Amino acid sequence: MGPFIEVILGGLMAGVLYSLVALGFVLIYKASGVFNFAQGAMVLFAALAFARLSEKMPMPVAFVLAMGIMVIVAWLIERLVLRSLVNQEGIILFLATFGVTYFLEGLGQLIFGSDIYPIDLGLPKEPRIIFESTFPGGILINIEDLVAAAVAGTLVLFLALFFQKTTVGRALRAVADDHQAAQSVGIPLNRIWVIVWSVSGFVALVAGVIWGSKLGVQFSLALVALKAIPVVILGGFTSVPGAIVGGLIIGVGEKVAEVYLGPIIGGGIENWFAYGLALAFLMVRPEGLFGERHIDRV
Amino acid sequence: MFYRENGQFKTSYADDQALLSIKQDKWFIWLVLAVAFAVVPMFASEYLFRAILIPFLILALAAIGLNLLVGYCGQISLGTGAFMMVGAYAAYNIAVRIPELNILVVFILAGLITTVVGMVFGIPSLRIKGLYLAVATLAAQFFMDWLFSRVKWLTNDSSSGSVSAPVVEMFGFKLDSPIAKYWFVLAIVVLFALIAKNLVRSNIGRSWMATRDMDVAAEIIGIRPVYAKLSAFAVSSFFVGVSGALWAFVHLGSWEPLAFDINRSFTMIFMIIIGGLGSILGSFLGAAFIVVLPLVLNQVPIWFGIPISTATASHLEFMIFGALIVFFLIVEPHGLARLWAIAKEKLRIWPFPH
Repeated sequence: MGPFIEVILGGLMAGVLYSLVALGFVLIYKASGVFNFAQGAMVLFAALAFARLSEKMPMPVAFVLAMGIMVIVAWLIERLVLRSLVNQEGIILFLATFGVTYFLEGLGQLIFGSDIYPIDLGLPKEPRIIFESTFPGGILINIEDLVAAAVAGTLVLFLALFFQKTTVGRALRAVADDHQAAQSVGIPLNRIWVIVWSVSGFVALVAGVIWGSKLGVQFSLALVALKAIPVVILGGFTSVPGAIVGGLIIGVGEKVAEVYLGPIIGGGIENWFAYGLALAFLMVRPEGLFGERHIDRV
Repeated sequence: MFYRENGQFKTSYADDQALLSIKQDKWFIWLVLAVAFAVVPMFASEYLFRAILIPFLILALAAIGLNLLVGYCGQISLGTGAFMMVGAYAAYNIAVRIPELNILVVFILAGLITTVVGMVFGIPSLRIKGLYLAVATLAAQFFMDWLFSRVKWLTNDSSSGSVSAPVVEMFGFKLDSPIAKYWFVLAIVVLFALIAKNLVRSNIGRSWMATRDMDVAAEIIGIRPVYAKLSAFAVSSFFVGVSGALWAFVHLGSWEPLAFDINRSFTMIFMIIIGGLGSILGSFLGAAFIVVLPLVLNQVPIWFGIPISTATASHLEFMIFGALIVFFLIVEPHGLARLWAIAKEKLRIWPFPH
């Protein structure tokens, strides 16, 4: 029983981190209908900025500066890409975010360098053993993972409050419902877009810092986004809770599959298992767990 | 002046439906073919064959295949690399296990196997569309990566999935010189481009385009989405599979699954965006652009005497690709092919602007 629970816990922790990246996707999709493939590149960009800045200055300052950079990035994306593509089909916007992805990946590594940069948040790295009395051998748990989970939880709470209780949050939801109607009652579409991209830049920064402190900041961080895609598929494009639940399901599913199914069919199945799961789910319920049902009208 | 079509009357249905109904177009295509088949081999260096012409032709073939699916049928696919990989390994398996088989037959069979695989991964398109489908094809990418590096039988028990193709031999000729390879690839690509061009103006092609433009309306006027989508996946996969086999056998010689990783899929998407979605010509232009751009980017700083490191060059390449994609999507969503069409329009009324 002990090892099984450890696998589940490991999966949940990985899942939390997937959820964080997936949250960035959901935020932007919710508020502008753009499926932002560049979220992974934003995570890499933000983490690189933070890692390199924190070499020169204290961490809180570096964090604020990195956030500033992400706001500038958001503003530039709105200005140079989105503004010219208003009213285009979803697929065109999606492909445009491919361009943004490549640009950000190139730019980030050009400015900040392309080595592996460590982020040390000062958290204890050694695993602890808990529940020794309940299970033989106890359960190994990583404090760092717990902190990550707590941060992710707080972030979700904060975002939920932001969406529900503030004027800006209400405006964001209005834009998501109907661009034109929102504009006609005086909600500035462009400013809303800058805000939502900034918020998702903030989420990317947090995700990047947490991932970076685990694995070091390097190019492979951008590939985390590829894991977050099945998460949003599973959870539904428009649902914040969906991103969380989807992340946890994918995280646990993939760890369990790797540990218990992997040895039978050759191992290394973590890479495609998430996609298989999401795909199987899509066939049954195309809108995802919490997604909005889409109806075609002629 | 140069491109005037008045006086060219179409007096029969055959004339009206000809592939190229304007004389200038006909001459131009024959000229291009003559140059490609006869003139280029006389002057091209071995480097030009190996680094530019052969990769360009093979990638153009894959781009045509992808364009049939994405540009004509509107089903986005991020798994081109996976299907090229299936084509490559299918051809390898057939060639190794049945050595006496003609290589052309091997390539066709590899294409057919890819067709089957492509249709399997196309099945989700009947239920889901757009962005969701992109994910389904990404699943193909990751699954194939895993499959060919893990399942030993598929790679003839080689370690880590790296294999070497036997020398391509056909009717007693060995295709070991660059010129022979070039002619071989060129002939195949011309043939397939012709097939594709004719397909897209047939009823199949029109049913793809109707599905792309508005699937619900297409269904109402009697186009069956199941056939339209699956046939697009089938034909596209066939093209991509053959190009994968060519890429592996003719261009690379020996390869591993990494040669067809997710970056290959992304590059293919960029090719058809920059070249022009829904255009056969655009597939060629996009492929040429993507093959030549990195070489130019590596050369330009040297001409100007500014030394930059390879890392910086590759980062710049990323940025330029990214910027170009956004640029083309915003300014000219129909890509280079549209620019070519505009140029023809201008030539038609040259030298008078009205």
